[in-house]
Amino acid sequence: MSGLAERAGPAVATGAAPILAVDRVSSFYGDFQALFDVSLEVAEGETLAIVGANGAGKSTLLKVIAGLVPAGGGEVRFDGASLARVAAHERVRRGISLVPEGRRVFPSLSVDENLRVGAYRARPGRWTIAAVRELFPVLADRGRRSAAVLSGGEQQALAIGRALMANPRLLLLDEVSLGLDPIVVKQLYAALPQIRAAGTTILLVEQNIDQALTAADRVSCLLEGRISLTGRPADLTREQITAAYFGV
Amino acid sequence: MEWVNAAVQGILLGGLYALLATGLSLVFGVMRLVNLAHGDLGILAAFFALVILEATRANALLSLAIVVPFMMLVGYVLQRGVLNRTLEGGVLPPLLATFGLAVVIQNGLLTVFTADSQGLDAGAIETASLRLTDQLAIGWLPVLTLTVAIVVLGGLQLLLDRTQLGRVLRATADDAPAARLMGINDRHIFAVAMAISLGTVAIGGVFLGIRTTFGPFDGPARLIFAFEAVIIGGLGSLWGTLVGGIVLGVAQTVGNQIDPAYQILAGHLVFLAILVIRPTGLFPRAVSRAA
Repeated sequence: MSGLAERAGPAVATGAAPILAVDRVSSFYGDFQALFDVSLEVAEGETLAIVGANGAGKSTLLKVIAGLVPAGGGEVRFDGASLARVAAHERVRRGISLVPEGRRVFPSLSVDENLRVGAYRARPGRWTIAAVRELFPVLADRGRRSAAVLSGGEQQALAIGRALMANPRLLLLDEVSLGLDPIVVKQLYAALPQIRAAGTTILLVEQNIDQALTAADRVSCLLEGRISLTGRPADLTREQITAAYFGV
Repeated sequence: MEWVNAAVQGILLGGLYALLATGLSLVFGVMRLVNLAHGDLGILAAFFALVILEATRANALLSLAIVVPFMMLVGYVLQRGVLNRTLEGGVLPPLLATFGLAVVIQNGLLTVFTADSQGLDAGAIETASLRLTDQLAIGWLPVLTLTVAIVVLGGLQLLLDRTQLGRVLRATADDAPAARLMGINDRHIFAVAMAISLGTVAIGGVFLGIRTTFGPFDGPARLIFAFEAVIIGGLGSLWGTLVGGIVLGVAQTVGNQIDPAYQILAGHLVFLAILVIRPTGLFPRAVSRAA
């Protein structure tokens, strides 16, 4: 399958300097190696989707970029600077925000409080509570409700809104669609263009290939901890993606 | 009337127990750390006040202005320097570390101050009382203690509910890794929580030292009362801790009224009874972790 891989190629045709460069990153959980020399670049303003089966290492890759999991080899560079010695909480200040798998809203805080905590280390930018409410109207009239009583879709909207409150330059979205009704997923993805319009770069991880192909400028496929395919949705055939996804 | 008197004294005593317990509850709530040295740190604060009093001849209540910030600093440094390192290995390492700290504090105090009982001098307020009826008088000191407890708990509640620091403390308590994703340095927040905790127990320690005598090995007994107040009130509820302290205080003074030998026992029995009837305490936290 390596013939299909387009490794470390220029991020976009314009040749802009990548805002994020993942350079031969490996990652380990004890003896288990989750990532093998993964390299990819994301240009500023671009949306890159990483697809792959369960356990392919997608979430691990996002966690490495966000600093929750240490890179066991290789390097992550953001805006040209290595993140090797930058703690997870400091990466937010630099402009990296992760919407974690399973949403992880703060259950004992209200919706508005979740958003305010999201702004703890906010950079200047367009995202405020008002702007997030406009993006996700469902959050607007639930400001004082406990985040714990929201539906899954509402919690996901809150998790995205909370991450936006930091005004990230790079938004990492981990499995937005997981466990949610397809209609709700569609509504959530409908918010992406507005987020992109603010200039935010998006790196999203999806199991749902169709959703990823619709939303992204480019798609990378992760198979057993390795990048097995990268390309623009329009340039890729079903067969190529299926092969890169399942390794058959 | 004796019974009413006992109940009133118990309610006032509850203020002291609440002061000694609040920090224990806060630290457990924020970082799931059971601080077995909490009582000893309160005693340490009382000894620190003693040193200040001997040097300045000031009133014990005034010493709070130095003791509280000092103990907050101790808390911050203790958490960042030692206890944060123990948090990642499960529940046992922090228990062992704080147990060890308790032993160190007790023996350190014994070495410096000997085993003699000490007391803090707060002047006339120690014995002044307000006579309500012939048989009922309430001391100004217990009233002040309860008032301070209410102010401290109210202030803490406001801090947690209304300020960004409070929201961040609660968010970190909910989910520390997710808090890191918000740019929150959870290790700093844990240290802030420990600083607040030791600030409150320092107030409790000084009031304890004014109310009664204390020695280097009195910490563990205070810890037990603090635990009981927290559990009776319900984990994670500040006002619950006050009610827990009052329930414990009333149980002790009423027990004492029955027979002075029953004072401590009655408190423990009521605690056990509440554990059986309401294992989550009188005011369990309304919102639990989402499924």
